[in-house]
This record gives sequence, structure tokens and C-alpha cells, in this order.
Amino acid sequence: MSHTAGEEALEPLMGRALGQIERLGAWVIGSIQYWGKAWIFLWYLLKGVVTPPLRLRLVFEQIAQIGFHSTFVVALIGIFTGAVLAVQGEYTLSKFGATAFTGPAVALSLIRELGPVLTALMVIGRAGSAITAELGIMKITEQVDALRSMAVDPMKYLMVPRFIAGCIAVPLLTAIFIAVGIFGGYIVAVSVLGLSSGTFVSQMVSAVGTVDVYSGFIKACVFGFIFGWVSCFKGHTCGFGAIGVNKATTQSVVTSSVCILVTDYFLTSILTRVFL
Amino acid sequence: MISVRGVSKSFGSQVVLRRLSLEVEEGKTTTIVGPSGAGKSVLLKLIMGILQPDEGEIDVCGYSVTDASSEADRNAIRENLGVLFQSAALFDSLTVYENVAFPLTECKMLHRDEAHERVIELLESLSLVKYARKLPQEISIGIRKRVGLARALAVEPKVLLFDEPNTGLDPLVGQEVYDLIAESQQSQGFTGVVISHELPEVFQVSDRVVMLLRGNIVMEGTPEDFQNTDNPEVVQFLHGRVDGPIRIQ
Repeated sequence: MSHTAGEEALEPLMGRALGQIERLGAWVIGSIQYWGKAWIFLWYLLKGVVTPPLRLRLVFEQIAQIGFHSTFVVALIGIFTGAVLAVQGEYTLSKFGATAFTGPAVALSLIRELGPVLTALMVIGRAGSAITAELGIMKITEQVDALRSMAVDPMKYLMVPRFIAGCIAVPLLTAIFIAVGIFGGYIVAVSVLGLSSGTFVSQMVSAVGTVDVYSGFIKACVFGFIFGWVSCFKGHTCGFGAIGVNKATTQSVVTSSVCILVTDYFLTSILTRVFL
Repeated sequence: MISVRGVSKSFGSQVVLRRLSLEVEEGKTTTIVGPSGAGKSVLLKLIMGILQPDEGEIDVCGYSVTDASSEADRNAIRENLGVLFQSAALFDSLTVYENVAFPLTECKMLHRDEAHERVIELLESLSLVKYARKLPQEISIGIRKRVGLARALAVEPKVLLFDEPNTGLDPLVGQEVYDLIAESQQSQGFTGVVISHELPEVFQVSDRVVMLLRGNIVMEGTPEDFQNTDNPEVVQFLHGRVDGPIRIQ
């Protein structure tokens, strides 16, 4: 069959277009497979949480690893975040002659938003990457296979304790972050900006309600859940060699952070309506 | 003790095992040899139930690994197995003592005091007592292999699998590992499966040898049969010749 000159000119264009469609299709299939694996992994993780035996010693060890060892950095960032909020809040509110509301501004920002989000991001940076790297290295050095060969389920022995510890440690660290942050804001507002101590505290107490605390607490729990899930999943699916571990840890931090920030928007929208 | 019947395994388009059948006798040590990529380690993982075959059946100690539908079923079969991994695969956050105690406390669920006696017995028999408090990264690969063997022997398994036990060891340490395998086999009477490409050294611990090539068995027999054979593929592999029917991958 003979081709016309026009058809021949079209062939490379068609080839390129088909190549693009093929690549798009491969990306879509790859993404669906990836998220499918992630949800199946979560199903087994949750099944592991509710199926005995629960190795409490390992859970406490991981709470110490994720929580206790992050306390100093969380407190340090918390105190300066509170201090910055006080300075910025006082500057903004002074434009409306409302500097008396600096206390509520600091407290509400920390409790409802910055406490849960910044704590989760710090824990991801400090402990999430470490969890992914540890699990990934255990996988590529056959330690996970060794567990299986000894009839010990790696999901229950490695992943479940880290996941539960994440769900417990992140809300606890958030509480520390908020408390220390409010203290930092108070010190700066009273000692540096010259606000009245009584005004700062009384306005804060009257403005902050139980619903604000609930809102912050729910966010911290959800962020702890995401942190544990993503860190363990990325370690579980880690590729081989140093490059595999490098990629897995980077993806773990990026994916957790993005998931938390996106979830934060939706949670804020929902919780604002629920606790209106 | 181990029965592999018509097992095939592929990864994508790469066929690793083709309808392989193999019987491992109780109380004997069977060595599986073959060049890299022949499917030896895949076969070991299939026996452990870590991988599932595309077709065929595998029985270990009378239980079907291929019919085990859940991880709990596979774990019940794995309780009969001990494995010495190529890199020893010790848990690097645990000391030598804790690594040897691990299968007793975490798999057999013994109390630490109950496990202590057995751990000390193993550490003494393998001359590991002075390393008991050290972490795996603080000891040499030869000592790590000994610790791996102690850990594998801890639960007195019916079947012990050795994945390239001598890879990366100098000849003296390598010989020591073979001596330990032979001694522990005599004292505990387990059924051994050794994966190796160290020929002819591995013959000293072998009752039976199976050579894999391109996913199937090219020869099966005693170490003497292998040393006297004129099978060109076996002769090439045994003498490490570059020229011959086996193409280097």
C-alpha cells in the first residue's frame, strides 16, 4: 500500500502523540497501583493494631524514640514560634488599637493551627525519615526476611509499634509545643512589648474554648496517623541499595509533609463548621 | 523432608525456575550449586514461603507451603525452619546475646530467664561468649556468621537452610564455618539445605548435591558423582572455566 506525502509527514507526529499517551497511561496506572498498595498496607497495619499480641515494650520504645527524643527540638521551636506570634500579633493588633488581644491571638494560633502542623512537620523531619531509613535498611540487609524465617510477622513486630507510637507521640508533642509556645509568647508580650500580664492571661482564658482544644487535638491525632502510615509504608516499599534508601527517605518526608498540609486545610474547614 | 514438585517462578519476563522437582532427604544435607542467577536463592525463598511459586507444590516437614493461605499458616511451617542468611542478617540494633535469644523470646515466646540457659549453651558451644554484649557492626563477618548459626540453631529446627554460608569469608574462616555446620548437623541431626557456589569445598558438608542451571536441574548425585562426572556443564562449573557450554551472565 502506498502512502501519500501528507501521510508520511504525519507519521512521526502520530508516533510522538502515541508515545505521550502511552507515558500518560503508564503514569496513571503506576499512580493507581501505588495508592492501591498504600491503602492495602494501611489495612494490614490497622489489622495488626487490633490483632493480639500487641508488643507493648516495642510501642514504649518507639514512643521514647519518636516522642521523648524529639521533646527538646519541639520545645525549642515552640518557644520561638510563640515569641514571633506575640511580636507579629502585637504589631498587627496595634493598627486597630487592640493589643489587649495579643494573648488570644497567640494561643488560638498555636492551639488551632501552628501547634499541630509545626509539631507534625518537625517530627516528620526528625523521626519520619529515620523510621523509613531504618525499615528500608532492614529490608535490604535481609533482616526483614530473617524475621519472617523465624515466624515473626514484620508488620506486627516492626510497623505496628512505630505506627501506634506515632499516633500517641505526635499529640503529646503538640501539647508540649502549645504550652511552651504560649509561655514564649507571654514572656515576649509582657517583658519586651510591655503588655499587662493580667490582660494577656485573662483575655486568653476567656477567648480560648474547649472546642479549640478539641480541634487542635483532633488535628494532632490525624497528623500522627499520617506520619506513622507514610513513614512505615515508605520503609516497607524501599528500593535496593543506598539510592533506594535515599529515595525512600526523601519521598517519606515530602509525601508526609504534603499530605499533612493538604489534610490540614480540609480538617480546618470541617472542624470550623462542626465546632462553630 | 522437603519436596519440591514441578515448581516454576518468573519475575516479569525473566523465567527463574522451570518446572523444578527436588526431594531433600530427612537428616541429610543437600547442597544446591549453580552459577549466579541460576535460581538458587529464589528456591530457598520459595521453601521459606517468602515467595510464592507460579505453579507447582512445595512441602516442608509434611506441610504444604504452597497451600498455606495466610501468614499465620506459613509461620506455623516456618517454626520448623532455621536459616543462616548470606550476610547473617543479624538485627543491628540488638547485641549478639539478644540476637541469639530473639527466636526464643519472640517466636517461642519464652520468658527471658527461660531462654537464658539455652542462649548461654549456644554461645559457649560456638565460642561466642566474649562477644555477647557486642553489636553486629562491632564484630567481623566470620563471627557474625557464627552468631547467625547460633540464632538459627536456637529453636532446634528440623530443617536448617544455609544461603551461601561462605561468601565473603577468607579460606580459614570459611573452613571454620563448614566445620561448625558439620558439627552442629551431627549433634542436632537437622536436615540441611546449603546454597553455594563454592566448589569443591562445599562437598565436605554435603550428602547429596544438586546443580541448577537456567532454572532447572542439570545433575543430581553424591559429591563423588560430581567429581567423577564428564557432564560438560558440571565440569566447566566445577573447574571454573570461562570457555564451555555455560555462558557467563
